[in-house]
Amino acid sequence: MTLVFILEQVLNGLLIGVQYLLIALGLSLIFSLGGIVNLAHGAFYAIGAYLTVALAPEIGFGGALIASPLAVGLLGLVIERFLLRRFYRGDPALGLLLTFGLAMVAEQALRMVFGAAPLPFGIPPWLRGQVFIGDLIYSRYRLAILAVALACVLGLWLLLKKTSFGRVVRAGVQNPDMVAALGISLRPYMSAVVVIATGLAALAGTMMAPVTGVQPAMGAEILTFAFVVVVIGGLGSFWGVVLAALIVGVVRGLTAYAYPPATEAAVYGLMVLVLLLRPRGLFGEHIARFE
Amino acid sequence: MSQFGDSISRRSLLRAGGAAILAPALAAPALAQGQGDVIRIGHLTPRTGFLGPLGEFAVQAATLAVEEINAAGGINGRKVELLSEDSVNPQTASAKAERMVQRDKVACLVGEINSASALAISQVAMREKTLFINTGANSDALRGADCKRYMFHVEAQNTMMVRAAGRALLEKGLVKGKKVYALTADYAFGHDLLKQAKKFLAANDATIAGEDLIPTELTDFSPFLLKIRQARPDVVICNLAGAQITNFLKQYSEFGLPFPVAGFGFDTALAWGAGPGNFLGTWPVIWHHMVEAPSAQKFVAAFKAKYKRPPENQAWGDYTATKIVASAMNTLKSTDSTKIVEYLEGGAKFDIHKGREGYFRPWDHELMQEMYAITALPADKVKNPYDIFSSTAPLPGPGDSLEVLATTKDENACAFPA
Repeated sequence: MTLVFILEQVLNGLLIGVQYLLIALGLSLIFSLGGIVNLAHGAFYAIGAYLTVALAPEIGFGGALIASPLAVGLLGLVIERFLLRRFYRGDPALGLLLTFGLAMVAEQALRMVFGAAPLPFGIPPWLRGQVFIGDLIYSRYRLAILAVALACVLGLWLLLKKTSFGRVVRAGVQNPDMVAALGISLRPYMSAVVVIATGLAALAGTMMAPVTGVQPAMGAEILTFAFVVVVIGGLGSFWGVVLAALIVGVVRGLTAYAYPPATEAAVYGLMVLVLLLRPRGLFGEHIARFE
Repeated sequence: MSQFGDSISRRSLLRAGGAAILAPALAAPALAQGQGDVIRIGHLTPRTGFLGPLGEFAVQAATLAVEEINAAGGINGRKVELLSEDSVNPQTASAKAERMVQRDKVACLVGEINSASALAISQVAMREKTLFINTGANSDALRGADCKRYMFHVEAQNTMMVRAAGRALLEKGLVKGKKVYALTADYAFGHDLLKQAKKFLAANDATIAGEDLIPTELTDFSPFLLKIRQARPDVVICNLAGAQITNFLKQYSEFGLPFPVAGFGFDTALAWGAGPGNFLGTWPVIWHHMVEAPSAQKFVAAFKAKYKRPPENQAWGDYTATKIVASAMNTLKSTDSTKIVEYLEGGAKFDIHKGREGYFRPWDHELMQEMYAITALPADKVKNPYDIFSSTAPLPGPGDSLEVLATTKDENACAFPA
């Protein structure tokens, strides 16, 4: 009985981990190529959720699932073009200050437009319900989230691994000077990466809107965990981030089982432990220009 | 082309990133260099963080109250000015309270939701001999061991919340001989509420099947829902706070667990935020927008006209406290805090936008008042996003003393420090 129950918590933890994954991957991608730790990444998640609540009555949840990430991706494009682009070269502290400021502006803007109270929103009727496998219980909606998230992760991996676009991005991560010497401008690639990353964050926001409070601080809450996931996984490592997200989910699930008050603290403890033992993260790549 | 910096240190990025995430919100200075002939009321309440959704109602309600007071001629012919700020956390709350009293010369302080911040403000109030009316902090300790001569409580103490909900739960047969699973917010308010809840449950033959302390920043309840499912309790008791309640309701409904839900702490805005079909259970409230008293409905209408949504219980607290302050100052023709304290201790009665008038108990400064227990309506009976529950008649009933829900002197002794 207890063993089955622990297994259930582990499986549930994997589902929790997936929630961080889409955000953490975008965070990692923008950092790897542009050298910017995007503290505004949580804001794109929150805006995605708010857009979903605003759009769903008009075009349905299915429509919002597509429209909201597209709209936020466009917003990301504008921000990359006019703001982020100026900071790739500079002192990393400037990029941090910029994105930290953007995050605060976005959170306060949401508060001014939509109010501080959580916006009412629920799971669409066609996704409600539970799935039972043996004695294990799953929310049907969470399984749907899992499927969409896994499809995105796989798609992103194929894009980076199998296409010429991905080859340039990976080369740009390792050695931008060489890419430039070959006559390839990284600018359009950087724009595309930001669009993809912010779009994924908005997709995560859309998918979480039915099961978590849609309120202005939701971006800041998730960003902290996504950041921890990236650090544990190792900057620049795709599968490191995936693995870290799942580990963080499982650690949270098991701590909730064993000692609830430490549920959140355990994740930070894990990060400290990983940084002590493997300062580069689990699978952090050696990127010469960041050393 | 080398558009990317080549000397970025990964470590410095990590360090700076971590610092930025953890950096506390910067306090914005109050811009209050006003005219001499106004009476200032200092209003402090959390406007960001997990209590932010309630703080917004508090600010709107206090603003509305001051507008109405000024429209009716102000206080002793002087205009009232509201200085409203985000109290953030106990340290910031204390610093801002001190600045409001010393620099802005506010006549009194009103507000707060977080019990720890309310305690910090009460220490400033005591030092400065300035009236502080607590509008949202529930901990019994604020009325007992930590009570202060200059602090009054419009908000109900936890014991009153527990006993109000408890009466409704006893009637529904959800307490006697039942197994209870309790989820509790892991900070001062939750700990205190859990203590009072346990006293009530033990006194009524309920047993605890499980209890978990939930960190306030936690947003995913699924691990706890699985634990509850395994424990198979007769009833799930929520002693949660702020945004936690919204997340819990959404996810409890997502997992479709069959156990009845009840709570001893609650705020209506958080149920509104859970979305259609997600609100369930029986909860205590100090006030709600369907209270029938004429002055309550007048407040609801004015609030709706100004803010396009009904007020909830936190709005009631700040609106009522501000009105009480104005009424006391007008009656006394003075803004002197010490005189107001004596007046309030003297048992003055106020229209508190409920059926019966309220008064402060002299020995612990708690407002004696009616409470309500609300129960979620089934989804097919819900007509709009706000009227999502039915309410009991006011508690205690018309025949009972207003004091029966509150702690007695023996239960929660208060000795005002000199």
